[in-house]
Amino acid sequence: MKYLKTIAENCTGCNLCMSVCSKLYFKEDNPEKSAIRVHRAANGSYALSVCDQCRACVAECPTQAITVNKLGVVLINKALCINCLACVAACPTGTMMTWRGGLVPFKCIACDACAKECPSGALVTEIKED
Amino acid sequence: MSANEKKYDIEKMRKAHKVLKEFSYELKPVVKGYNDRTLYINLATLEIREKPVPALMKKKFIGGKGYDLKLLWDAVSGDTRWDSPENEICIATGPIAGNTNYPGSGKSLVTTISPQTGIPIDSNVGGHFGPYLKFSGFDAMEIQGKADRDVLIYIDGNQGKVQIMEAPLEATDSHVVAEQLHEMFAANEREKQHLSVVSAGRGSEHAWIGCLNFSYWDKRRKLPRLKQAGRGGIGTVFRNKKIKAMVVKYSGLTGKSNNPVDMETLQKTGLKLHKEIISLDDKQCHMRTIGTAHLVEIMNDYDLLPTKNFRFGSHPDAKNLASWVWKDMFTQNVPDGCWFGCTMSCAHGIDNFELRTGPYKGHKVLVDGPEYETVGGCGSNPAIFDPKAVVEINFYCDTYGLDTISFGTLTGFIMDCYENGILNRERCGGLEMTWGNWEAALEMMHQIARGEGFGLIAGKGIKFMQEYFAKEYGADAQFLKDIGMHGKGLEQSEYQSKESLAQQGGYYLTNKGPQHDEAWLIFMDMVNNQIPTFEKKAEALHYFPMFRTWFGLMGLCKLPWNDVEPADNAKYPEPNKVPEHVQNYVDIYNAITGDKIDKEELIRQSERVYNFQRVFNLKMGHGKRVEDHPPYRAMGPVTVEEYESRAERYDKALKEKQNIDPTGKSTEEKIRLLRQYREAQYESLIDAVFKRRGWSKDGVPTVEHLKEIGMDLPEVIELVKKHL
Ligand code: SF4
Ligand code: SF4
Ligand code: SF4
Repeated sequence: MKYLKTIAENCTGCNLCMSVCSKLYFKEDNPEKSAIRVHRAANGSYALSVCDQCRACVAECPTQAITVNKLGVVLINKALCINCLACVAACPTGTMMTWRGGLVPFKCIACDACAKECPSGALVTEIKED
Repeated sequence: MSANEKKYDIEKMRKAHKVLKEFSYELKPVVKGYNDRTLYINLATLEIREKPVPALMKKKFIGGKGYDLKLLWDAVSGDTRWDSPENEICIATGPIAGNTNYPGSGKSLVTTISPQTGIPIDSNVGGHFGPYLKFSGFDAMEIQGKADRDVLIYIDGNQGKVQIMEAPLEATDSHVVAEQLHEMFAANEREKQHLSVVSAGRGSEHAWIGCLNFSYWDKRRKLPRLKQAGRGGIGTVFRNKKIKAMVVKYSGLTGKSNNPVDMETLQKTGLKLHKEIISLDDKQCHMRTIGTAHLVEIMNDYDLLPTKNFRFGSHPDAKNLASWVWKDMFTQNVPDGCWFGCTMSCAHGIDNFELRTGPYKGHKVLVDGPEYETVGGCGSNPAIFDPKAVVEINFYCDTYGLDTISFGTLTGFIMDCYENGILNRERCGGLEMTWGNWEAALEMMHQIARGEGFGLIAGKGIKFMQEYFAKEYGADAQFLKDIGMHGKGLEQSEYQSKESLAQQGGYYLTNKGPQHDEAWLIFMDMVNNQIPTFEKKAEALHYFPMFRTWFGLMGLCKLPWNDVEPADNAKYPEPNKVPEHVQNYVDIYNAITGDKIDKEELIRQSERVYNFQRVFNLKMGHGKRVEDHPPYRAMGPVTVEEYESRAERYDKALKEKQNIDPTGKSTEEKIRLLRQYREAQYESLIDAVFKRRGWSKDGVPTVEHLKEIGMDLPEVIELVKKHL
């Protein structure tokens, strides 16, 4: 399956990935609307959280709005979503996202846009066995 | 063409429809959880119209069961019987209903004048009908009058159209008609999830214990699932009105369909509960994997699982009905919620179950459940310990439109009468109604569905049978009274209350009859001894029924209140109330309606409706203290066998509670002494509870109390005055 692999040691905390993601999908530069999150840890290093395409949310969705495409990427069909947020609760990594005022959750679809821009090599889109 | 279209000739059925009446209405969005209008349908005059909800009604009755009861009160007189044309079936939701992010927010409340009790019955049911009705534009609907041939009511919530049509060819049994109608009214596969069907079944045509099935489309199984408005014979009234089914269609559901004032609080609160359920359910109640059937072994261990018509509370074979048996049979298929966004997901199902009897013998069917009540009622109580037999009884009850609780409890009663020689093979029309004879129990049910034989008598319920057996067979009326597990005409649900005085009250000091949805106090009372005094019991018998009434005003499910608890719940005062969840309810109510209630006002809202329902019972010629007593079997041992099976317990009770030395006394004597004491205790309990509830000694809400809680409508005051 295709997923966004994170190499947190390389991250310098520039937050560029969050800008790229939110601009691409929400047309605004807003970390709350980014599918990848950069957190600063206590020891000064950075942690990256992003969907690993584990599919826990797929099973939880009551309307089958969440499906897996041929590449193994988990996608939400907005037209079917009834905004219950069950998927958000079910996500073991906390990476099915919501933003204040939004109804449909969103998540990383491994589009590679942020990985392309990351200046430190902390993100790479990879394929792994199912 | 799908498999289903091949299975049924949908086109032929559709062609046979004849529209008798069509009504168009203006589509308007729901505002802050309300439409402020209801739908009125009269099947005799074919009148269909919308009614505005007056401000006073909204203020006093809030929604759900409150709206139902108000509409029903206005429709009937004290002389109305269940089969009078003016009797209504009312279906309502409530301001929170239809919300998609707080678990358990999709319930419909259904009321009618019950064939079993002669007073209003109310049932809380899942499935998608209620929420779709609401988003179609109506906070409630009432159906009055009787059709002269089988009709279908169709509500199209996207076009603003209601139709009554003749529907001669569709099936009557629920699992078939639900599938047919989902197929018929959906333009494509996807639309099936936007439909819900209400139906009963052939059993409802001949029994007084008829139930309604509310469907929702299971996208993964590609079949309709059925949830039951079980209690008190609503299905009987439905078929008496010659309604074959009702269908609602609504697409366009979102998390905002209620147009709440504060979406953020709503989402935050819902998400918090989702997370709690997903992380804690496996450690707590196992609702997501087993559902309420996880209770079977717990009840058996505590001697609370009814066996042999409530003689006993446990049985060595109960392990055959334990949760692990069901877990193996359930086809795990999360999400199994009866409304969108219910992560509690208690609604499990068994796929491809091959039937061994009846008209569908050999068919492989989807069975919803069984839930705990069905296992206790149709399993352990008649001593049927074959799980497959229980599933089959469950299936046929549902599809025939029969209440599994009443069916189970009355079957136990019949078997008890059989063992006691009141009944025999001949009187049962050839059926050998011995303990555990599931084939006979099922045959009796098929007789109900066919409207023949002993089934016709059995299907009328225990109260009817008590009178009938005494009159026809000269049976001892007092004995029948002692062992007939019903109150006000409604069969008791499936918990043994003998050792819990508070639960005896929880069952029999209810408005509609002994159903556990008002108060379940056995553990608080018997196991943990948290409410030892009459005052404490009375307080619990005030608070919990009032609190739980509120679910019915809102269109909420009870389970997500205390079948999952915050990890630190025990740390707070009064953990039995689950304080954090009570606050959640206050928060989501305010977030949707823009109101500003607190947890005290929440109880007040319920109190108004609860007292109104009590007065409604008075209006129907009931509702007094005399009808609030349990049969003795719900309070203690009726027979020598029962006493001796738990002799140590009862001897100890005589010594410790009554200061009586049991040595040397005959069992009969000990039974008599124990009974005297327990019956006196119950009278004291009634006194304490009535006082706490603001009722007279006779159980009539006083004028002062009605004024204090704000339920002093002129017609209510006028009525109670006649009885005070
Ligand atoms: S959003 Fe969460 S649950 Fe869904 S695939 Fe990604 S990591 Fe898994
Ligand atoms: S929020 Fe939408 S995508 Fe997520 S589980 Fe609910 S319906 Fe499915
Ligand atoms: S807990 Fe069960 S009955 Fe209640 S709403 Fe959820 S699925 Fe339905």
